[in-house]
Amino acid sequence: MSFLETKNITKRYHSQTVLNGITTSINKGELVCILGPSGCGKTTLLRIIAGLETADSGQVFIDGRDATHLPPAKRNYGIVFQSYALFPNMTVMENILFGLQQKKWTNKAEMKAKAEEALRLVDLEDAQDKYPRQLSGGMQQRTALARAIALSPAFLLLDEPLSALDAKVRARLRQEIRSIQLSLGITTIMVTHDQEEALTMADRIIVMNNAGIEQIGTPHEIYHHPASAFVADFIGTMNVYSHHGVTCAIRPENIEILSQPSAHDVTAQVTTIEFKGPMTRLYSVTVNNDSELCLDIPSERAQALQLSQGSTLFLRMPEEHLVTYPVKSDA
Amino acid sequence: MREKLRRYLSGLRWSQLFALVATITTFTIVLIFPLYSLFSKAFVDKGGEFVGLGNYITYFQSPALSISVMNTIDISLWSTLFSVVFGFIYAYALTRTRIKAKAFFRYTALIPIFIPTIVHALGLVYLFGKQGIFTRAGLFPFELYGRLGIIISEVIFTFPQAFLMFFVALEFADGRLYEAADAMGIPGWKKLTHVTLPDIKFTVINVFFVCFTLAFTDFGAPKVIGGSFNVLATDIYKQVAGQFNFNMGAVVGTLLLIPALASFTVDRLVNSKNASTINAKATTLIVKPNWKRDSFFFIFCSLITGFFLTLVTALFIGGLSENYPYNLSFTWKNFLFSRSSGGMDAYVNSLEMAGLTALCGTIFVFIYAYLMEKISGFENLRRFGKLLSILPLALPGMVIGISFIFFFNNPSNPLNFIYGTMIILVVSNILHYFSVPYLTASGCLKKLDKEFESVSDSMNIPRWKTFLRVSAPLSLPAILEIFMYFFVNAMVTVSAVVFLYSAKIKIASIAITHMEEAGNFGQAAAMSLLILMMNVLIRLLYEVGIKAIKKHTSAKERHET
Repeated sequence: MSFLETKNITKRYHSQTVLNGITTSINKGELVCILGPSGCGKTTLLRIIAGLETADSGQVFIDGRDATHLPPAKRNYGIVFQSYALFPNMTVMENILFGLQQKKWTNKAEMKAKAEEALRLVDLEDAQDKYPRQLSGGMQQRTALARAIALSPAFLLLDEPLSALDAKVRARLRQEIRSIQLSLGITTIMVTHDQEEALTMADRIIVMNNAGIEQIGTPHEIYHHPASAFVADFIGTMNVYSHHGVTCAIRPENIEILSQPSAHDVTAQVTTIEFKGPMTRLYSVTVNNDSELCLDIPSERAQALQLSQGSTLFLRMPEEHLVTYPVKSDA
Repeated sequence: MREKLRRYLSGLRWSQLFALVATITTFTIVLIFPLYSLFSKAFVDKGGEFVGLGNYITYFQSPALSISVMNTIDISLWSTLFSVVFGFIYAYALTRTRIKAKAFFRYTALIPIFIPTIVHALGLVYLFGKQGIFTRAGLFPFELYGRLGIIISEVIFTFPQAFLMFFVALEFADGRLYEAADAMGIPGWKKLTHVTLPDIKFTVINVFFVCFTLAFTDFGAPKVIGGSFNVLATDIYKQVAGQFNFNMGAVVGTLLLIPALASFTVDRLVNSKNASTINAKATTLIVKPNWKRDSFFFIFCSLITGFFLTLVTALFIGGLSENYPYNLSFTWKNFLFSRSSGGMDAYVNSLEMAGLTALCGTIFVFIYAYLMEKISGFENLRRFGKLLSILPLALPGMVIGISFIFFFNNPSNPLNFIYGTMIILVVSNILHYFSVPYLTASGCLKKLDKEFESVSDSMNIPRWKTFLRVSAPLSLPAILEIFMYFFVNAMVTVSAVVFLYSAKIKIASIAITHMEEAGNFGQAAAMSLLILMMNVLIRLLYEVGIKAIKKHTSAKERHET
């Protein structure tokens, strides 16, 4: 059942429309990523759900209740910001207790136990007396997460939580956040501009662009059946080209290389070869209409074909992988 | 429409709105209302009849008064010229050369800030006056009293400001520009005119206006050393305190505002265009050794500091000798101040006033800045508040003083009871020195993560708690700086309080003028020393405090790692 809902949310700053009638529905226990390029309005949507900003029109529902006019504190969520916003003059423990003190606990021991539990969950028990600047970026991130979940919130909001970290830490924390989320079964909304992050972590993805929603779906749906040329282009790599007045899109790994020319093939010439370890990426130009196509093939196969710059390729676009759109958008 | 209103009201944070309105109202009452009284007085005659520009015509038609305008412009221009040149060379020496003893030169340059402007003039009298050491030795064959004395005093007064502003501007330089110039074989003087000066041209303009305004509105130095050379600041005093001609006083008050308003406007224009040229890629400038250059700058700095130290030494000799300059035997007796000038009470009052100004001022400034920086919404209200916060920068102390008389001395004003009390002195000081601390506080708060407030909101932590537990502790260095700034300035100020002190509450800086008028030079010097010592002590405490904070923070970093 749907736990969080936004209905027709609109927000303008001066003359610029940041959100244009956003309607979403998020189920209980689900991790939903709001994905989009910077400036698409995704963070504003999150802040409106959080009550940190007010929408010009539209409604927010939390657990079936109209929460549009509730102050942030009454919405019962935990939030992690891109900057973490850890209080630098407090230790890890104090940071977590600062929020807990606000709830009227009957005794201090219970409060402390609650904080320790949160720290155990993010595996930071040993760092509780350290100050934020003594911690690595990843540990700071986990502290912020512990602070957010210590209050046992009904849902979790994550605003670009991993974007300040380097690639390796980011990959590890993705899994950690996901497993904590699953073990708590907590409804979570995460804003990100990183499509890989969204694909690996989310139950469902809301793709946004230009103040509107492009597509809502599972990572699988979004990747294999992008609803628009924008989504096709934004998620992963996609070859987009015109063919008889329709826009066609196909993933680089789905183009087949034929050993012999045949009736419906496309002939192309290799322009650049990029060795990427297990895979090799070929950039090529079609002979008849000069469209650029890129292909991913296993490196072994590339070696067997003995390709070099200028080699001719006979390509087939399998129907089942080809996505078409009636009108070519600006993507 | 109803839905829109409901949305608007539900988005309001009532406690924040209340705090914002209360703060801005307070500020409006002490800033805008008195100014309005001043302007309304300037355009009516003694009977309260509206006369348009009549008062101004009378003013400019009386030669004795209108000559003051020319005199004031004259001394302001000359002293500004010297301060800008000296301040630049001094700051250049401390930032772009490899001279020794930079820390010593830096702190010595600040000496004039710690003493009232009357004392700058007093020190000059000791050295170059009719009985001055140098005059008696035949080394100063000029007439000190009048134009020359005022110009030298104002240079002393404005030099530290010029130096500090240039120092900040020159401290950071993009080394790449100079390396590029070197690679192209550009000679040193051309680097100065084509790289260094263009980089700080806005600072030059700002320094010019700041110095000009300070000299234009200063009261202390012309009072002591001006002789028969009249300037606007002494005129306004004579009109108000001597002849009780309040309308003419108001006219002069509005004239005093002109350069400050011009400077204010230019500053706004300049700052909006002055995008920082230093970016993250800038490399620090490495100054190469050059003994010729360094010797020149070392000698220059030594001459300036030598002069300041001579002034202070004169105060010590004057304050600690039997009868300067005739009998130089050591005595403490000058510290037994005569009762007529306010005596030791005046000093205690000054301490109380400076302490209260610093305490209340720091709290008020910080809350004000917090409300302006850390509250979302109420855009128009906050824009108005920000505009108000910068306005005191354009108000000379004399103008604040006289407009406070007009506003608060009115028996129909419910706030009339603060007139003639310590409260009005403290309020006038906080207002007079508000803008610089405000800029410090808001600059410091801007650097704090704006999500601290969002996180607190989400955890149901009230804003005041976040302010006390997070924002304030993190801003401790700025808070100390603001406290020191208020304290030191309140100790040395004369201009605003000269209209507002009462017979019951005399203060030290004004007591010095009375001692000097009564020919009690020894006591005047002794009182000056007490002010200087207190301000140096406060400055030292500040330095110690900042060191302690730094040590504490780095200890936190080392702790358990």
